[in-house]
Amino acid sequence: MSNLLDLLVAGLATGAIYALVAVGFTLLWQTSQTINFAQGEFVMLPAFLMLAVMHVGAPFWLAIILGILLSLLLLGLGFKLLLVDPMLRHGVLPLAIATMALAIGMKEAVKQFFSAEASPFPSIVPAGDVSILGRVVSLQSLSVLALAIAVVVGLTALLNRTSIGHQMQATAQNPTVARIIGVPVERMILLTFLINAFLVALASLLITPIYLAKFSSGEVLGQAAFIAAIVGGFNQVRGAIAGGLLIGVVDNLSAAYVSTQYRAAVPLILLIVIILFRPQGLLGRPEERTV
Amino acid sequence: MTAVLEVSSIKKSFGGIKAVDGVSFDVQEGEILGLIGPNGCGKSTLFNCILGQLTPTGGEVKVDGKVVTGLRPSELNRLGVSRTFQLLQVFPKLSVRENLILAGQEHQGNMVSRLFGPSDAGLSAAADQMIGFFKLDHLATEAAGGLSYGQQKLLDAAMAFMGGPRLVLLDEPAGGVNLTMLGDLKERLAAINREKRATFVVIEHNMEFVMSLCTRVMVMAEGKLLAMGTPSEVRANPAVIEAYLGH
Amino acid sequence: MTATGKYLRIALGVVVIAALIIVPMNFNRYGLFILSQWAVMTIAAMGLNLTLGYAGQVSLAQGAFVGIGAYAAAIMTTQGGMPLIAALGVAIVLCFAIGWILGYPALRVQHHYLAFVTLAFSTLAFLVFRNEDWLTKGIYGISNIPRPNVLGFATNRPLPFYYFCLGSLALVSLAVWWLIRSPWGRAFVALRENPVRALSLGIDTRRYTLMAFAIGSALGGVAGTLYAPLTQYIDPVPFNLSLSLDLLMMVIVGGSGFFFGPFLGAMIAVLLPEWLRFTQGYYLMLYAVAVMLLLIYSPTGILGILDRYLAERRTKAASALRAVAKSRLETAP
Repeated sequence: MSNLLDLLVAGLATGAIYALVAVGFTLLWQTSQTINFAQGEFVMLPAFLMLAVMHVGAPFWLAIILGILLSLLLLGLGFKLLLVDPMLRHGVLPLAIATMALAIGMKEAVKQFFSAEASPFPSIVPAGDVSILGRVVSLQSLSVLALAIAVVVGLTALLNRTSIGHQMQATAQNPTVARIIGVPVERMILLTFLINAFLVALASLLITPIYLAKFSSGEVLGQAAFIAAIVGGFNQVRGAIAGGLLIGVVDNLSAAYVSTQYRAAVPLILLIVIILFRPQGLLGRPEERTV
Repeated sequence: MTAVLEVSSIKKSFGGIKAVDGVSFDVQEGEILGLIGPNGCGKSTLFNCILGQLTPTGGEVKVDGKVVTGLRPSELNRLGVSRTFQLLQVFPKLSVRENLILAGQEHQGNMVSRLFGPSDAGLSAAADQMIGFFKLDHLATEAAGGLSYGQQKLLDAAMAFMGGPRLVLLDEPAGGVNLTMLGDLKERLAAINREKRATFVVIEHNMEFVMSLCTRVMVMAEGKLLAMGTPSEVRANPAVIEAYLGH
Repeated sequence: MTATGKYLRIALGVVVIAALIIVPMNFNRYGLFILSQWAVMTIAAMGLNLTLGYAGQVSLAQGAFVGIGAYAAAIMTTQGGMPLIAALGVAIVLCFAIGWILGYPALRVQHHYLAFVTLAFSTLAFLVFRNEDWLTKGIYGISNIPRPNVLGFATNRPLPFYYFCLGSLALVSLAVWWLIRSPWGRAFVALRENPVRALSLGIDTRRYTLMAFAIGSALGGVAGTLYAPLTQYIDPVPFNLSLSLDLLMMVIVGGSGFFFGPFLGAMIAVLLPEWLRFTQGYYLMLYAVAVMLLLIYSPTGILGILDRYLAERRTKAASALRAVAKSRLETAP
């Protein structure tokens, strides 16, 4: 039972990070029909950008800021202008495949220009344990969880309480109608790309200290994000959040209770089950049939 | 006698907007029913509800006495209902003949015979007949995308008839067609109606087209049925005039 | 297509087929291996082309289906002592069934769920290959996979085995050609070009899409049963997501939806590493960038570019003809 609490907290912490990544993924899909198969690599890259900045001598806090800015530039603006905009006119599928190629390219680039080996990454939270309710819980897990929750709460507040948020929601639900009622749709779409870049940069910052910086770390993360987004509900931001938390917990629990060989299979089976019985996801709205 | 099409109290809302607000009507075999109304009155939404493209929020649709509400368009097509589209929907890379064979092939045999049987599903002759009927003879092997707009419209109509349907819903067949073609189109539709006892429902804005082709006309406004009667009755109806002039 | 155009095409085909038969007689062992690999990968890519190019669905599991076919062949021929053709039957049935089971729920909904389901399945299949060592010998792999006796001829040497692969490719090509020419093929084109219109014509888009995916997956299995005797040793490593992505790129680059796209794409994918050997680590990056640029310019790949060029020439010719006809009409007395 006590073990369960540890697992739960750790699971929620990783889950919160998955949620960040899944939210960005869902937002991109909703506002601009972009299925970003490189989302995992998007989380892998910012850590390397920060490492590169530190390599030239900058202190950690500066590397974080520059890393985030670079991410916004490359993974937000750059991604949209160079890949998404030219490809969207061809439809959803070619763009999705282009992001697959992008994922390969990013992985190889990091492998070539940095290293094929895993590199350590400093944590923004000091290591150590904290005692809560008589149980010892890692400070890192708690602070990751707290930070991720703060971001998610902030994002939800932005979406639901600000005028910009409402405009973004309108764009996500129906860009054509949004345009008619005067929402600056193009700007809103750009904003979602920037938000996604920020979220993945943050996720990178939180998860890399735990799993180390490696060119291949995007694969597992990306897959977790897709599963989280679909299981939670592909057409709702809160679905992505719930999905992320769920997958994080399931992942951690199965690490403990399922054979290590098949531990990775549990979220996959969950995905197939959800698509079979509840394709709109746990929190998603059933889609209007467009035939 | 059972009506070919019975629409009962069809409702369709999008969020708070009532696009179609309780429309009921019947269509008898061999009729050509016109459906007119100002823009935004719900004609296309009604069509889409009947054809399974949208699921109505309320009401029922029956074809030949069988309830078909909410069936997918492909299932409806196999029950003998077909349609043309307002925005052209031919297959541009296929030839005219191929388009027609495609339009009829799902009514021939079954999945297995379609895989192992002849490449044209036995429809080459029928397709050529349709080509002749719609006067597209010299274009049989042309890619459909290379035809003129009016010719594509004729092809679109021809495709709707390949499956030998009981009921055809035509969505603005006259839109964008020049006058000479229009005459041909009207004449061909009237001919098919006579020869095959095919029943039509036609959405149109072209009043002359509607009034000269249709046996009965239905007027919609703001999601509701406003008037129903012969072309001359409807033309003289003050409420109808008001609905059009008021916009 | 003009008469000369048609004869030109047939002549080209004959030359290529002759070349494929005669030229490799001078190849060394390695060259024949590469060419055989091309033939096998083309079969897998043709299957994926059915799913992606004709039915418009992304499958990220084609590599897993190749793996299933390979393991079926390896297990049945080494441990079971059965002829390769038995493994072929098993692979086809198994992959078709799995394709159907995966596709059925995923294709019920309007989203691109098949991509994610096949992504998940790819990982699952890899785990099974690696973990179930009582069957697959796990990471130790299965070795000494025998090459088949075809119609009394042994195929142990590289050249006869290459002809076996080539012959299989020819048979598969004929089967796929028949499929594309049949009403099924026409339905595939319809549901890719305009699914709304297709539905309104009575085409059950769901069932045809499912069939395309199941058949495509079965072809992946067929490729796998050839892959095992080709390499004569298999372990789980090659059958992961990377293979599925490679196959996807092959179909895309060659030209998705075109019959010869997979042939071209597989050739590029198999030969490119050889040509780009000098770039060492950068090859994959360059490949990725090239794919992205190609997609931006022409989502239908290289054959798509060719097709567009020919179509433009045709419309220019057609409008020129129309202009001439029109002016003749206008100047007629």
